[in-house]
This record gives sequence, C-alpha cells and structure tokens, in this order.
Amino acid sequence: MNRRISCLAAIGFMLFCSRTWAELVVEITKGQADAIPIAIVPFSSPEAAAASFDVAKLVSDDLARSGRFRATDRKDMIEQPHTGAAISFDDWRRLNNDYIVVGQIQPLGQDRYNITFELYNVLNRQRLLGYQISANKPGLRLASHQVADMVFEKILGIRGAFATRIAYISVLGSLPHKDYRLIVADADGENPHVVMQSNEPLMSPAWSPDGQNLAYVSFENRLPSVYVQFLKTGERRRVSAQAGVNQAPAWSPDGKKLALTLSTRDGNLDIYVLDLATQALTRITDDPGIDTEPQWSKDGQSLYFTSDRAGGPQIYRVGTQSGDKPRRLTFQGSYNARPRLSPDESQLSFVTQEDGGYRIATMDLRGRGDVQVLTKGHFDVSPSYAPNGAEIIYASRDRGRGVLALVSADGRVQERLVSSEGELQEPAWAPF
Amino acid sequence: MKRIVSVALLIAGAALLAGCPKKHNVIESPNAGSQVSGSTQGEGASTSSNALNGDAGSQGGGMGADAPFARKVIYFDFDKSEIKPEFAAVVAAHARNLSSHPNMHMKLEGNTDERGTREYNIGLGERRAQAVRRALMLQGVAESQLTTVSFGAERPAVEGDDEAAWAQNRRVELVYGP
Repeated sequence: MNRRISCLAAIGFMLFCSRTWAELVVEITKGQADAIPIAIVPFSSPEAAAASFDVAKLVSDDLARSGRFRATDRKDMIEQPHTGAAISFDDWRRLNNDYIVVGQIQPLGQDRYNITFELYNVLNRQRLLGYQISANKPGLRLASHQVADMVFEKILGIRGAFATRIAYISVLGSLPHKDYRLIVADADGENPHVVMQSNEPLMSPAWSPDGQNLAYVSFENRLPSVYVQFLKTGERRRVSAQAGVNQAPAWSPDGKKLALTLSTRDGNLDIYVLDLATQALTRITDDPGIDTEPQWSKDGQSLYFTSDRAGGPQIYRVGTQSGDKPRRLTFQGSYNARPRLSPDESQLSFVTQEDGGYRIATMDLRGRGDVQVLTKGHFDVSPSYAPNGAEIIYASRDRGRGVLALVSADGRVQERLVSSEGELQEPAWAPF
Repeated sequence: MKRIVSVALLIAGAALLAGCPKKHNVIESPNAGSQVSGSTQGEGASTSSNALNGDAGSQGGGMGADAPFARKVIYFDFDKSEIKPEFAAVVAAHARNLSSHPNMHMKLEGNTDERGTREYNIGLGERRAQAVRRALMLQGVAESQLTTVSFGAERPAVEGDDEAAWAQNRRVELVYGP
C-alpha cells in the first residue's frame, strides 16, 4: 500500500514537472467511436536544435482533442516521410489511416521559420492541402494550431477553432486569503496570462465581438463594478458602478453596448443596456423577480436571460425595443439558467438541474425545442460555445476541485482540462 | 431496523445543524479577516466594528458569545430568503442598536452556497441581504443607515461541497462601518 502511494507520488511529481510550462492538461473522458484515423508524421527540421518545436505533436493533440479524429501513434509509423512524393500510400492504408499529414520546418534565419505541410487522402492519394506558414519561434505554437484548423476544416467542412483563446477565473489560496485571477490562455490551455488579479472576487468575463476587450465584474473595494479591459495594453475602464448590483456584462454584437444586471434601491435585479460611448442606460426588464444573465441574439434585437418571475429560474427572451413582453422558453424541470446562444443560433446552451446535480443542457431553437442534457456532473455550470459551435467549454468539479471541461455540442465527446493549481471557473471562449 | 437508521440519521442531522452556528462562532473572524484583506475602506469598517463591540458590552448585561447582539451572521435555508425565527432576536438587537445610534451604518453582505449559476446566486444573495434590510427598517432603522451588497457564492465562509459547509455559507453578514 505504502509502495503504491510512493509510486503514485512519483508519477504525480513527474507530471507536475512536465507541466511547469503548461498550466492545463487535457484528458479525453469520452471519445467518439467513429473518429477519423489520421497520421500526423513528425515534421523534419534540418537544424533540429534550432527549432526544437514539435509541430506534428501539437497538430495531432489538437485533432485528437476534438474527439473527431484518432491520431496514429508514432511508434506505429513504419516510416516518416516529409513530402508527398515520399509517401508509400499502400503502407499507410494497411495501417488503416484515412488521411496523412507530412511537413517540415525550415529556418529562414533571424528567428524566422517556414512550416510547409501537405494533407493527403490515403485512399485515393489525392493531395487535399499544401501550405506554407512562416512564424518566429514564439509564433510556432499558433502556426501549428492554424495547421490543425486547416486540416480540420478541409476534412470535416467545419472551421477549426484551435487557434483561438479562452478566458477564465482561477482562484488560489485558502480562506480567508484568496487570490482571484482573470486568465487568458490558448484554447488548449497553454500560454496562460494573468490579465487581472485581485484579493476580492472576479466574475463573469465576457469577450468583446472583436476579441480585443474583456468585460468582467470585480469586487475590489468590496463592491461590484463592471470593467472593460483592453487586452493589448491592460488599460481598463470602469463602466458601471451603480448603487447595488452591477453584474453579468454581455456585449452587443456591434460591440457598442453592454447588457448588464443592475438593481433598484430595494434590491430588485433587472436587465439594462448600457451604451458604452454615451453611458446612457435603457431598462429592458421590469419585474419583481430576479432577472439576470443576459445574452444577445446575433441581430442585436433581443436578449435571452434568466428570470425567476414564475418561481424557480427559467430562461426567457425579450426584444430590446422598449415595452416588449418577455417570452418563456424553458419548461422542463425547475431550474434552467444562464443561457448561451450557439454561433449559428440553432441551439441554446444553459445550466439545468437533474437528479440533484447542475448540468449542461442544450435546447434546439429551430425544431420543437428538444432538450438534451450533455453532462453527468453535480456542479457543471458556465457553458460557453467555441466560435465554430462544435464544442462547449464549461466549469466542472473533479475530486473536489474546480476544473474546466469540454463537451461537443452533440454530447458525444467529453474532455477535462486539468490545471496544476487553483480552482478554475467561468470559462469564456473568445471569438475567431 | 429501518426506523433505527432513520432515527440515527435524524440525530446526526440535528447534531450537524446545531453544530453549524457554533462552529462558525469559533471562526467568526472570517468577518474581520476578510475586511483586513480588503481595501482601506474595509479596514476602517473593522475598526469601528471593534469599538462598537466594546460599546455594546457596557450597554447591557449578558453579552456572551451567543448573545443576540454579539452574533453578526444570519443563516438561511436552501433557496430561501426568509429570516428564520431563531434569528429574530439577532435582528432585533441590531435594530435597537442602529436606531439608537442614527450616525451608525451597517453593510449587509448577502451570500449563497455554491450550488447553481454564479450570477443567479448574486441575485439570491441580494434577496437575502434585502430581507435583513427590510426587517431592520421595520424595527426603526433609517434607510440611510443601511447598504447591501451580494457576493453570491463568491465568498464562502467555509470550503467544502457538503450540506454542512453549504449551511454555513448561506448567510448575511452584518458589518458595522462608515
């Protein structure tokens, strides 16, 4: 028993070491049975030491993480071609690969590299893609995600979202001294940057449509205010600090307004729209219940939100023109909250209560409003769609710790992003 | 057999419930602690709160740790914002104190347990803070003496994802301050 513990500890330590450069590690918890087999052959790099960056590994991790591909293990590769001319298609076909990616990195001098890659259909030997991307050393990671995006889109016809970013809240420390951080990282969890740090809660990060700003709630001074922060410079502006509640910012599609939740003096929460240029406020809802968690429709003409006007929290939709009467959308179950719209507006993702647990559900907006519960956790909250709509990132709990997790929008693939430290909350996927 | 088990559960549950507020009294300092870690504004609040404790002690007899006035946290049932009868004396004691000191201010900090969505929980925390505010105003406290803030589930008093922890986190903290 003791030995087993020390063995586990040794493995844990190793994992930790290899993770010092990586805050998040992906574990696929439920794969797709009919994943497409693809071989990403290690790229050649004449001066291996100079580049020392494994493009193929990153591309293959990205594709495997989507759950829609199964990447062939390197040790099963009999040969490692770097150009299309060198591929022995029959061998790859025998290894059951449908597709193959080959490529190379060439140094261009002065910290510049060329990534050349080709994608082939193994079955009919057709060349589907051939591209060259140039990048400096820090840019190799992004360039590799772009390779994965192109392969993903060519084969599936869905735009890849590997070269995008996520924002989330990380809480470190123990009571009463907690450290709240707003972090922006690559979509695979790498490259985390602390954007804002506070010893009072940070909440509800929301990306501006151009991906350049984040709106969020900060309780610095022990009162809630909404801030907008320009990521390039870190410069930030307090845009709402009304008496009472200032919460749940959501950007209008044109990036000029924020929907948010404010309260009257007697604590009634309603949805308002704030014009960022003029600071003009328009009240959207007026009900004694809690109205919060607004989210815009793409045309900017309506807002989806949570309200408990009928008892428990349910999801409603209201026009942004004054005087429109909210219409209730969810009727199954006693708890449906925090709606998020898929990029093509075909479905709504939200938190629902089922068997005493809080889980991520979707509702079909085009057909009969069918509801599908995608997750099985007890504390699954804060869903956010990838900009291509293929996946939903959300906050979950794993052995008592807050983690981020992913589920494909059809529920077939599930993964966990495991952090080496901190409680992770409220992921928000950036636009393309 | 079944009955014995359920009785045992009941007793365990009662012990748990009874244990909660007591346990919390021991670590009552989250109140003060969080202020220290806050801004200068928060620190000011904690100083005046200390001064007031002394004041109260000299005012009336029997100010033990369980005396209504010494208690500055009101606990709530799941998904509820009604003040339970057992906290009526606490509210009454602070209402008396605030109405006899019209220059005094109190901040009501509403909190929820971790279950549910974060922003909706902000609403529930605010609803609890407002319930205490209304009760204090009904007993003569001026509106201008009171402010509310909701931290939702963001500032738990204790860690843990079981009912024992949740019960201690569903609360309104009464914070005397400027």
